[in-house]
Amino acid sequence: MARFDDITATTGGTPLVGLPRLSPAPGVRLWAKLEGANPTGSVKDRVAAKMIEAAERDGLLHPGATILEPTSGNTGIAVAMIARRKGYKLVAVMPENTSLERRQLLGAFGAEIVFSPAAGGSNAAVAKARAMAAERPDWVMLNQYANPANAAAHYEGTGPELLADLPEITHFVAGLGTTATLMGVGRYLREHAPGVQIVAAEPRYGELVYGLRNLDEGFVPELYDEAVLDRRLSVGTEDALRRTREVLSEEGLFVGLSTGAVLHAGLSLAREAAKAGREADIALLVADGGWKYLSTGAYSDVLDDAVDALDGQVWA
Amino acid sequence: MSIEVRIPTILRPQTKGEKLVTGEGETIGELFTDLDSRYTGLRARVVTDEGALHRFVNVYINDEDVRFIGGLEAKLADGDSVTILPAVAGGM
Repeated sequence: MARFDDITATTGGTPLVGLPRLSPAPGVRLWAKLEGANPTGSVKDRVAAKMIEAAERDGLLHPGATILEPTSGNTGIAVAMIARRKGYKLVAVMPENTSLERRQLLGAFGAEIVFSPAAGGSNAAVAKARAMAAERPDWVMLNQYANPANAAAHYEGTGPELLADLPEITHFVAGLGTTATLMGVGRYLREHAPGVQIVAAEPRYGELVYGLRNLDEGFVPELYDEAVLDRRLSVGTEDALRRTREVLSEEGLFVGLSTGAVLHAGLSLAREAAKAGREADIALLVADGGWKYLSTGAYSDVLDDAVDALDGQVWA
Repeated sequence: MSIEVRIPTILRPQTKGEKLVTGEGETIGELFTDLDSRYTGLRARVVTDEGALHRFVNVYINDEDVRFIGGLEAKLADGDSVTILPAVAGGM
């Protein structure tokens, strides 16, 4: 069935596609869940829908209400689309070191953007949004880093879809941001696919993003529970970019930079399985397509130049 | 066995401004004890009095977060590189 009542009804049910050319051995298979197929082009459409539904159910959101959210882009864009349809206003607090397209898309969907300083990355955005929320108690902060509806979107949607399409799943790899994808899918798979490995691919940004004034400004999302994970792998800008280009040239998949990090981690799991002579079905979460990153030169510049350009940015 | 350790900006006051230092140890815990003998106070910024990693500090051996491979007991091998980073909010 490819007919829907409206655009929001197309959320979820994303395709899972094989990456046979990247497989290091015959029994080791890589699979990509293409979340770019969601209405505003990222996994965050699932999350925005659930968080807004929950806020409406809890009586927090009324017509004309203003939503406030710290975001490096995707969540803001997804919330903005629903907000526009439902008559809410969105104020997105976003680090100034994010890609041009994200700002343009937020603007196109009618959101107001408040920039937070580049140093400190998303930390600074979260801090600024909290300060603004304290001054405007009538605004509704969905707070994706702490909102259980965020993880529930994945426990109820992404996880079951993945298992239905790949019952033989041995590994699940996703990027670590709010941590909700890994928490939600991870918990669902642990309950339904014994022995599955849940692996986080964490972006390792340039120094600027870690520019806190003191360690107590550090931040661990309230949703995060390390017991859900088996491993947490850190992937630098250059490796993420190299893999983003590799999956484009080898498989024809045009993905965002967080997927480069996820793929880098997934390929090291694939090589480990191949070396040990084990079969593996490794599912990779592709959070978005590459469209929003074109202006960064990620797909066109000389690799070293593109790495330099991305180094101070919150690229995932 | 010499291990290269990358120090984040926020901890460089403890390493006389050095970005990259070297230390010795069979485990992450031993490495921090060794580093503390030359960079006084570094260990206390990373390891709590209870002997766990500080909540807002992440330590990696190559690309692996040490919390998942034994924490302070995580084993080091020759040629490993250790990175310390503050825990910051991720994207999205």
